[in-house]
Amino acid sequence: MSLRAPLGRALHHGSAHEGVNHWLIQRVTATALAPLAIWLLIALLALPASDYATVTRWIGAGLHPVLLALVVLIGAWHAWLGVQVVIEDYVHGHLARTLALLASLFVHVLVAAGGLYALLHIALAGHA
Amino acid sequence: MAERPLSPFITVYRWSYTMTLSILHRVTGVALALALLGFTAWLLSASRGADAYATLTPILLSAPGKLLIVLAMAALIFHCLNGLRHLAWDMGWGFERTDARRSAALVVILTLIAAALCLYAMFRSGTGGA
Repeated sequence: MSLRAPLGRALHHGSAHEGVNHWLIQRVTATALAPLAIWLLIALLALPASDYATVTRWIGAGLHPVLLALVVLIGAWHAWLGVQVVIEDYVHGHLARTLALLASLFVHVLVAAGGLYALLHIALAGHA
Repeated sequence: MAERPLSPFITVYRWSYTMTLSILHRVTGVALALALLGFTAWLLSASRGADAYATLTPILLSAPGKLLIVLAMAALIFHCLNGLRHLAWDMGWGFERTDARRSAALVVILTLIAAALCLYAMFRSGTGGA
């Protein structure tokens, strides 16, 4: 028999009051990604060739580095939120779940940082 | 944490094809997270110069590589279109059963058409496409 009151057992096991924020950011990033994804898909398929010179020139041209940076950053953000929900649903056990969530966070931050670095490098190479 | 109630699990319900789209949204979402990883690796290889680019790109442009890219594109198209369905539901639109089934069919048809176009564009020539 436990001496804890029913209220004490129930508290702090429910919502941490951040669920709506998670849900909302997932929708906001989705709305931003929809036009970006369509642009990226059409742009990639319309590339006249896939050699180094053509591709780096395309990446660095005009607003392309900005749009590509948005794809990588907002994409990584949206993917992190989505993968988090999947892990929380399917990975059981406190340690395994915590490690999976941490690994997902680190990989997504790495994708964002690596992608941004690559785009800056290519876009600024002509101006160095 | 152990004895918290669970909501009724998937096996409780009679299967309908809208549920297939629902789980496919997750599957394509996880696949696209991996695709973003690959896309970033490709960008990084391009930023490291022509030699680094020349080691990764021939693998991507081999027949299996191109097929994988087309699958990623199809996943992107599906996730995008089905995501619009989810956004519409969040606004309270299209929640009726007939509406949800009709929009599901529309998503599948549009995805198949767009994926076929991507397949054609990727394989139309030996060197073209991305």
